[in-house]
Amino acid sequence: MSIRERLSGNEAVATAMRQINPDVMSAFPITPSTEIPHIFSSFVANGQVDTEFIPVESEHSAMSAAIGAEAAGARSLTATSSCGLALMWEVLYVAASNRLAIALALVNRTLSGPININCDHSDSMGARDSGWIQIYSENNQEVYDNFVQAYRIAEHPSVRLPIMICQDGFITSAAVENIELLEDREVKEFVGEYCPDSYLLNSKQPLAVGPYAVSAYCMEAKRAQLEALKNAKQVTLDVAKEFAALSGREYGLFEEYRLADADYAMVIIGSAAGTAKDAVDQLRAEGKKVGLLKIRLFRPFPGEEIAAALQNARVIACMDRTESFNAQCGPLGAEVKSALFNARLMPVVINYVYGLGGRDVTVESITSVYADLIKIDQTNDAGEIYRYLSLRE
Amino acid sequence: MAIDVSKITETISWKDITEGCKIEAAGNSRMFNTGDWRVNTPVFIEEKCEQCLLCVPVCPDSSIPVDNYKRGEFDFMHCKGCGICAKVCPFGAIVMKMGER
Amino acid sequence: MVKDLIQIRWHGRGGQGAKTAALLLADVVFSTGKYVQGFPEYGPERMGAPITAYNRISDKKIRVHSNIYEPDYVVVVDETLFDAVDVTKGLCNEGALIVNTARNKEEIKKYLNGYKGQVHTIDARRISMESLGKYFPNSPMLAAIVKVSGVMSDETFLSEMQQSLEHKFAGKPEVVEGNMKALRLTLQEVS
Repeated sequence: MSIRERLSGNEAVATAMRQINPDVMSAFPITPSTEIPHIFSSFVANGQVDTEFIPVESEHSAMSAAIGAEAAGARSLTATSSCGLALMWEVLYVAASNRLAIALALVNRTLSGPININCDHSDSMGARDSGWIQIYSENNQEVYDNFVQAYRIAEHPSVRLPIMICQDGFITSAAVENIELLEDREVKEFVGEYCPDSYLLNSKQPLAVGPYAVSAYCMEAKRAQLEALKNAKQVTLDVAKEFAALSGREYGLFEEYRLADADYAMVIIGSAAGTAKDAVDQLRAEGKKVGLLKIRLFRPFPGEEIAAALQNARVIACMDRTESFNAQCGPLGAEVKSALFNARLMPVVINYVYGLGGRDVTVESITSVYADLIKIDQTNDAGEIYRYLSLRE
Repeated sequence: MAIDVSKITETISWKDITEGCKIEAAGNSRMFNTGDWRVNTPVFIEEKCEQCLLCVPVCPDSSIPVDNYKRGEFDFMHCKGCGICAKVCPFGAIVMKMGER
Repeated sequence: MVKDLIQIRWHGRGGQGAKTAALLLADVVFSTGKYVQGFPEYGPERMGAPITAYNRISDKKIRVHSNIYEPDYVVVVDETLFDAVDVTKGLCNEGALIVNTARNKEEIKKYLNGYKGQVHTIDARRISMESLGKYFPNSPMLAAIVKVSGVMSDETFLSEMQQSLEHKFAGKPEVVEGNMKALRLTLQEVS
């Protein structure tokens, strides 16, 4: 039975964490994810979970403690945002290369500077090549559902990699909205007991974690790690299928919204996708063939599937909520264009940078992007292919 | 399932390498013949030794075995011939053979 | 006015509880079975600085995650904001403005840049002082928007608030009673 509730995105994640009842949470608070450890530590204090909560002195320590705990055999997690994730950088790679299935609740916030506390994806996009699985959420429901599914993906024997569940800072993290929760028992059964094959606190089987690998081993180790990340794609689909049976809510690698016959497609991540769906409906009502592809799984990047989903689009907008300072495209733009190229597809792709530092994304601003795409198609002139949306000129 | 660490060699394929290079075994550094790297060799002169055991903790490779409070012959499978033991010995009970294995 | 989607914008100052009021409104309207959204527009957290918060209320699932530029209702928690903020910006003439003030509507209208829609006033300071002995404008303003917008009946609103306050302030019956009194007075007085 699902429970009708109203929660903010942060409350939703903290609720999923309570229902999972992990072994260890280490955390250092940072806006806009502060509420997650704040709420969760109250669950610990109230005895609603038996998690060991470790208040640490920095995010580097938060991730290091999670790594130690996970290696010891404890199901571990943390939460952070922005500069907090940046401070974890070094050890993010350690968590992934040591194949530790840690879950991280990331509340996306821009990286300084200029210093700003609002949403964009520069934090998680900067960490996209650290070897973590990355899943993005549109709203509080998705971030809850994704967190419930997180350990099933991360801990799968063919994967065993850390997982980052992302949501947009303030826009969904602080917004109270309707949500359907699963019962505690249902989540507990779905996630299951954590029984690692090997762990440091197993006195019967000595173990060394994270040994030095000389050049003769390092490349083989990375290749094996890549294979695990690739496996995460199928596992994500399998887990989503089981989750749908439990909750009635369906998830894939990405969501296609009125895309199948769309001439003009937008590829987008996070909360702005919901706003864009309203824009799509309005334009469809006017007879415009527009559609949307919302990324859920960004790492591993489902390139072949995305190229196939976009094969009928004539003009595509890739929406990047970060500036990656390579002077030609954003990270999503790079991935999508590379996927299209590999599939020998050559549509016009316009890469937009939008929503930096919390710049509001409206139905009107998204509509203007579709208007650009239609104009490009009609005039056969792409113009500038790397653009900023809602920028004062 | 513990794996046979002796199978992890520099010819291993990426498909067989352990997850995260984990080593599911203890004490396996003993299998590594670091004595092979030695160019100078310490010689233990037992009659000069007073069994003060100062040489034991300073050995970086734990190559001076102790039994019943007495040190024994060097473990030449692991001794790299660094000479710290000879330097620290107050009684001249360790001398270095230079350029000899 | 009952529409598919009701959009509300709150203007207040940091520390006055406008954000809390928006979240409380989402909470209480949720109990009627509707879809709700309550969210603040965050900036640096500074006591006294103008802040904005928003609500969307709908019978259908709400997907939009932008701020609200054309609200049906605007709630002004602090009338000194008229100098700093264009509170009626985008407010539709079929909607309404609700102002916390001891002054009458005609005086308030001078500040509204020719806004032609309805204006409602409530003296939240007096009501709060009478009911709680302290100045917490958010309970009266919450009752005022419920009354003016008609999103739910007075009875349902009061019974939901009673439950929610009893839950929140289990050990402080005087706070529950004070807040309930403020809500009841507002429902009677808002004009």
